[in-house]
Amino acid sequence: MISLQMFAPNSLLYVFIFLFTLTSCKNDQNNVTAAVDSTTITVQGEMEAELTSPPHVPAPVGDRPAKKINVELEILEKEGEMADGVTYMYWTFGGSVPGSFIRTRVGDEVTFTLNNHPENKLPHNIDLHAVTGPGGGATSSFVAPGHGVTFSFKTLNPGLYVYHCATAPVGMHIANGMYGLILVEPAGGLSKVDKEYYIMQGDFYTEGEIGQPGFQAFDMQKAIDEDADYVVFNGKVGALTGDQAITANLGETVRLFVGNGGPNLVSSFHVIGEIFDRVHIEGGTAINKDVQTTLIPAGGAAIVEFKVEVPGTFILVDHSIFRAFNKGALAMLKVEGAEDLAVYSGKQIEGIYNPEGGGVQSMPRISPARPKAANLKEKLVLGQQIYSQTCFACHQAQGQGIPNAFPPLAKSDYLNADVNRAIDIVLHGKTGEITVNGQTYNSVMTAQVLTDEEVANVLTYIYHNWENNKTEVTETMVAAARNSH
Amino acid sequence: MNKIGIILMAFLFPLFGWTQRPTEVKKIAGGYFVPLYGSNDKEVYVDDFLLDVFPVTQQQFLEFVTAHPNWRKSQVVRLFADQNYLSTWPSDSSFGELIEMQWPVTNVSWYAAKEYCACQGKRLPAMDEWEYAAMASATEKNAQRDSVFNHMIIEGYERPKTYKNEVGTTYKNFWGIYDMHGLVWEWVSDFNSVLISGESRQDVDVERNLFCGSASINASNLMDYAAFMRYALRGSVKANYSIQNLGFRCAKSIEK
Repeated sequence: MISLQMFAPNSLLYVFIFLFTLTSCKNDQNNVTAAVDSTTITVQGEMEAELTSPPHVPAPVGDRPAKKINVELEILEKEGEMADGVTYMYWTFGGSVPGSFIRTRVGDEVTFTLNNHPENKLPHNIDLHAVTGPGGGATSSFVAPGHGVTFSFKTLNPGLYVYHCATAPVGMHIANGMYGLILVEPAGGLSKVDKEYYIMQGDFYTEGEIGQPGFQAFDMQKAIDEDADYVVFNGKVGALTGDQAITANLGETVRLFVGNGGPNLVSSFHVIGEIFDRVHIEGGTAINKDVQTTLIPAGGAAIVEFKVEVPGTFILVDHSIFRAFNKGALAMLKVEGAEDLAVYSGKQIEGIYNPEGGGVQSMPRISPARPKAANLKEKLVLGQQIYSQTCFACHQAQGQGIPNAFPPLAKSDYLNADVNRAIDIVLHGKTGEITVNGQTYNSVMTAQVLTDEEVANVLTYIYHNWENNKTEVTETMVAAARNSH
Repeated sequence: MNKIGIILMAFLFPLFGWTQRPTEVKKIAGGYFVPLYGSNDKEVYVDDFLLDVFPVTQQQFLEFVTAHPNWRKSQVVRLFADQNYLSTWPSDSSFGELIEMQWPVTNVSWYAAKEYCACQGKRLPAMDEWEYAAMASATEKNAQRDSVFNHMIIEGYERPKTYKNEVGTTYKNFWGIYDMHGLVWEWVSDFNSVLISGESRQDVDVERNLFCGSASINASNLMDYAAFMRYALRGSVKANYSIQNLGFRCAKSIEK
């Protein structure tokens, strides 16, 4: 590099810049190496740790000195909801999945008490990745039901760390929800932001397929095969959607502490419609900027930060995308405030695109003309084809939808109540809150680019299946709805 | 036996010394087996022995402490039973309204369980004996490879509050023994001979004899997972611990 610069025309200038950057680098390095050996940081005073359940995090450490911190965490084996109508026996740290968020700073001396509830059936322990020592605390924290153990450690390295249970069979304890995050802030704390949230991905293995109602036991075979039924944020489908969505106001900076408990899957964490301004890679000290998707290993974490410049609902996903739309790895961030059309305009013009530059067209045709249906039977066949191409991804194979994200079409009161409304939604899309079969949904369906006949066929198919009221929708009805706008 | 009868007997026993009617035993015909399935070269031999058909019940244990005051919760030596000992009992002389007499007794220490069996001329089963008897399903002596049976065991470990069932309500196994799985954990005489540190990944190295199988766990090996959970529990307890989901039954050697 140096020799190349030397031979360049403005070599003198380059050398100057080079030397300048070199010295500034040196200064940076001095700052880093000047940091004290963490083992020698002395503690001043003592405090009880604030523990929070997800998606909340405790208050930042700010500029407080290192202290003795007492953490008391209770292990609870308890039944909870995996999805609407689906229950699961979770094993938890502190009663939630992920477990309570623990916030410390570098140099803190943590006295950790782990209590195993008397009603629990199994012994447990905790391996904190923030601990420097054999087993990350696991060897010292093995605890029988009805008992508690205490051990202590000093936080030596700043970063965002996973903790989890490491009792045999380890995979099963993690698969049942025994993981969480512990943050070790650097001296002086992380930079100040407006909103902070705690999100953790996990994969679950149940005896029934996704959506099968009732109590679902853990399926060891599927776990070994890494064949997850559910991949979710914060322990259940819809933990962070609709009313549970995390929120921010326009112009605020949001920091997400994102972990991945696994046990098996690696997360491609992404927020649709946002770019991470800063990512603490793998939860460590290195910062990457302007990141679209960040990889979070099982048993790892990342801190992502971004300023929200546009109002609306932003969808958080594992961008291994079938997990998001078919297995539950979907959360929502709602940003409120006034629109800035210069940053994002919304749809401005919708017109015809014709690469041949030809004359006026009255109707867009996205596909060659399909065969016309001669009778109801053929209509249902054609409707089914359209359904599986257009509707299936969100509303699912049996019209069951995805709890808290996409409403069901099967046996749907909302659908059966008003056929014209249904036609209108297919033609023009739908945004905002609706109630279907007693459940509230608040998401977005886009307008579908289908011909009148296709709309008639697919809606007829839907109305003739899954215990709906067998309405036959005609092209005339669709045309009328289209023209009324 | 009706309730009044039992209550009457509970009052009368102390007068005549402790003559509780013992739980029926069944003979377990011994043999070789692999305690933790997967380590094929580690076969263990178990001699013929007798085993209680049911775990010890609340009522039976109440009779025991009535006859042996030094095992009452108010008088027990702390060294032999921690503060959870009989913690759900409201007093020395009653297990209270919320507990049924035919539920298995739990919250008893290893010392107390050992003493109970000794007072009956019995003993606690050894871990290998217990495991040998417990690998029998309703129809087979050795159901270690029976996926339905293994599944039932693991499912039982996940189900909460199973101690709130009467003894004899789960399944009867090949030997005629009830409730080996699905009701409560059970003390064995040498529970602490397995040194599980709680760091299961490390245990793979340390207890190579017992756990080398864990490194080669394959997909069909659910029995190991169930066994791991039992061995982990045993490794987590001390002899004076008393635990809500841990009871016991007695065994007896066969005189030769």
